[in-house]
Amino acid sequence: MDVSRHTLSVLVENKPGVLARVAALFSRRGFNIDSLAVGPTEHPDISRMTIAVNVEDLPLEQVTKQLNKLINVLKVVELDLDASVQRELLLVKVKADQSSRSQVLEVVQLFRAKVVDVAADAVTIEATGTADKLEAFIRVLEPYGIRELVQSGMVAVGRGARSITDRSLRSVERTA
Amino acid sequence: MTQERITGAQAMVRALEELDAQVVFGIPGGAILPAYDPLFDSTRLRHILVRHEQGAGHAATGYAQATGRVGVCMATSGPGATNLVTPIADAYMDSVPIVAITGQVPSAAIGTDAFQEADICGITMPITKHNFLVQDADDIPRVLAEAFHIAATGRPGPVLVDIAKDALQSQTTFVWPVDMQLPGYRPAAKPHAKQVREAARMIVEAKRPVLYVGGGVLKAHATEELKTLAELSGVPVVTTLMARGAFPDSNEQHLGMPGMHGSVAAVTALQRSDLLVALGARFDDRVTGKLSSFAPDAKVVHADIDPAEISKNRVADIPIVGDVRDVIIELIAALRAEHEAGHNGDYAAWWTQCNGWKRTYPLGYDGHEDGTLAPQYVIERIGKVCGPDTVIVAGVGQHQMWASQFVSYEKPYTWINSGGLGTMGFAVPAAMGAKVGRPDALVWAIDGDGCFQMTNQELATCAIEGIPVKIAVINNGSLGMVRQWQTLFYEGRYSNTDLKTGAKYLPDFVMLAEAMGCVGLRCETAADVDATIEKAMAVTDLPVVIDFVVGKDAMVWPMVAAGTSNDDIKIARETAPDFEYEMGEVVSE
Repeated sequence: MDVSRHTLSVLVENKPGVLARVAALFSRRGFNIDSLAVGPTEHPDISRMTIAVNVEDLPLEQVTKQLNKLINVLKVVELDLDASVQRELLLVKVKADQSSRSQVLEVVQLFRAKVVDVAADAVTIEATGTADKLEAFIRVLEPYGIRELVQSGMVAVGRGARSITDRSLRSVERTA
Repeated sequence: MTQERITGAQAMVRALEELDAQVVFGIPGGAILPAYDPLFDSTRLRHILVRHEQGAGHAATGYAQATGRVGVCMATSGPGATNLVTPIADAYMDSVPIVAITGQVPSAAIGTDAFQEADICGITMPITKHNFLVQDADDIPRVLAEAFHIAATGRPGPVLVDIAKDALQSQTTFVWPVDMQLPGYRPAAKPHAKQVREAARMIVEAKRPVLYVGGGVLKAHATEELKTLAELSGVPVVTTLMARGAFPDSNEQHLGMPGMHGSVAAVTALQRSDLLVALGARFDDRVTGKLSSFAPDAKVVHADIDPAEISKNRVADIPIVGDVRDVIIELIAALRAEHEAGHNGDYAAWWTQCNGWKRTYPLGYDGHEDGTLAPQYVIERIGKVCGPDTVIVAGVGQHQMWASQFVSYEKPYTWINSGGLGTMGFAVPAAMGAKVGRPDALVWAIDGDGCFQMTNQELATCAIEGIPVKIAVINNGSLGMVRQWQTLFYEGRYSNTDLKTGAKYLPDFVMLAEAMGCVGLRCETAADVDATIEKAMAVTDLPVVIDFVVGKDAMVWPMVAAGTSNDDIKIARETAPDFEYEMGEVVSE
C-alpha cells in the first residue's frame, strides 16, 4: 500500500477550541497534517476544515474514525481528487526592477496570476490553483529572486450539485 | 418545567440533584468556592471531603465501576484541577463514566496567568471523552446534562466541566429539564444484521473458536447474555483483566485470563484459534503480546461500540459496531437460526486441546522455602474467606496480577482495577468510592506497599466519613513488579526498587492505620492468615488495614515478556510449557 495524499472535508461546530481539538487529535495519534484550512460556511454555526494528510488507507480509516469521535465534529467526508476542485492561494513577492519586470509580468500572465502590489524593485503576485500549479509557478519565478512567500492551506469542494452540508445543517438547526 | 432565579452555583447544585448524582468526591478552593456554598445545604447530594484531589478522581471511578452510575469529582482551579489529571487519564483508558467539575478563575482573568490558573481543558483534551469551559451561568445546567450524557452513553469515559468563578456567582434562570445541544454526538448504532449473521455462520464453521471477552461486556451490562451465548455456542471463553467477573471463573468453559500474565490455556487458545470473537475488547498490547505474531491463524469477529477500536490494532474480518449487549442478543438469535438449520459447531477436538492445557498448566505458586509468607496465598485466602460477593479493588503491580489470578470471580462488578493506565495508588481511593456506591457490599482493597504509600491519606477520609473498607497491604518491601523485571531482564540489579518497608516496618502500617483512625493489624505467617482476615471481617464500623508482610522474591507467572510473542509464554523462569508433550498426551487419551 502506497502512502498517498488524501483530502478530508470536516464539518465542525463553530465553537472556541474546536481547531485545537482537531490539531491535538492529529498530534496525539501520530498523524501528520500536510495542510489544514478552516473557515466559515454558508451556515454561521458550522465551520469547515479541509485537511490534507499523507497516509496509507488503514491509518486514514483511523483518522476519520477518531475525528468522528470528537463531539464537535459533525461530519467527515473524504474528497476524491478527481471528483473535487482543490485550490490553494499564494502570495509571493518577487524582485522586479526595470530590466526584469516585463519578464516577470509575462510569467504572471502565463499562469493567470495577478499583480496585487508594485514597488520600485519588486512586485507582489497573487495566484490560486492546485498545489502542482503553484509549485510550477514558484519554480519559474525563482530565478528572478523570491523575497517573501506565503501560502494558504488547501480548500476543496466536491464537483456536481450535491452538498455535504445539507444534512449536518439540519441537525444543527434542530438543536439550536 | 422548573423555572426560577438563582446563582450559577445554585444552578450547578440543582442540576446535579436533577441528574441524580447523589455523591460528589471533592475538595474546595478559591475558584470553586461559590459552588460549595449551596452544596452545604443540599440534602440530595452527599459531598465526601477527600484529602487529595487524586483520591476524589479515583473514588469517582471506583464508585462508577461498582455501581454502573456516573461518578462525580470536584476540585478547584490550578493545582486542584491538575491533581485530577491522573484519575481522568485512568478513567479514559478504562472507559469509566465520570464527570469532573473544576472551578476556573473568573472569565476576565482567563489567559492572564492569574493565581491558581491552569488551562485544564487544554491539559485534559487528549484524556477526556470531551470537556467544556463554561463562562456563562445560563449554560451550567445544560452543560452538566450534556456531560453526564456523554460520560454514560456510547463508549463511556470521563468528561470535564470547567466553570469560571464569575459564572458560578452570577444570576441565572434555572430551567429544567434542558435541551441538550450535541448535534455531532450520535453514540447509538444498531448492529448490522448481515454482519451478525455472518459472525454466527463463522462460529458454527470454525474449528477452534474463542470468545475473547473485554470490559465492554461489563459496561454494557451484558453478562447474562454472554453466559447464554457461551452455553449455546459451546465456545471456550477468556476474560481480559478488565472483564474479570463478566463470566464465572467456575464455569468449565472459562479458560481464564489472557495476556502478559494470563493462564497458559487462555493465552494458548487465543494463539491457536481459528476464530476470535472479540466482544467489547480492544486487542491491547498486554493481551496480544507482539502483535504481528498474535493468533496468526485466526479470523476476527470484532464487536465494539467504538468504531475506532475496530481494526485499530488487528484487522477485523467481520466488524460489528454496536452496544455489545445488542450484539450478543442478536448473535444468540442468529446462532439459534444456524442450529435450527442443522449447522452446529464441532469443537470436540478443540476442547480436548483446551482442557489439556487447562489441566496441565493450572495457575499455581510455590510456597516459600525461606519461610516467608507467600503473597499469592494471602490473596487466595482473602478470596476464599470473604466469598464471591466481595468487591475486590486492586492497585497496580504484582499484587494486582495475583488478585486477578488467585481470586475466583463469579459475579460481575466484583473486580475493580486500573487496567489501561496502570495507576499505582488506585486501590485505596477506588475502594472508598466502591464502598460509598455499594455500602452493603464487603469491599476489600488488595494493595501493594508501594501503591499504598501513594494515596493512603484517604484512610482518614474513610474513617471520618464512615466508609469501612478493608485494605490488605501485600507488603514485600519493594516495588515488586519492577523488581521482578530487574530479576528477569536486568541481571538482578535492584536499582531503586527496595522500599525497605518490611524489614524496618518503615512506615509502620499498623501505627499508620491507627493514626488515621482505622484498625491496624499485622500478619507475618501463613498460619495466621485466616485468623487475621476473620479479625478484619469482625470490624464493621471502621476501616481496617492489614499489613501482610510477605516475601519479596515471589514472581508473577505465567509471563509473556513485553514485546515478545504469546508463543513464548513462560510458566516459570526459563520454563516454557511443553506443548509437544501435551499434544502426545492428548493423542494417547
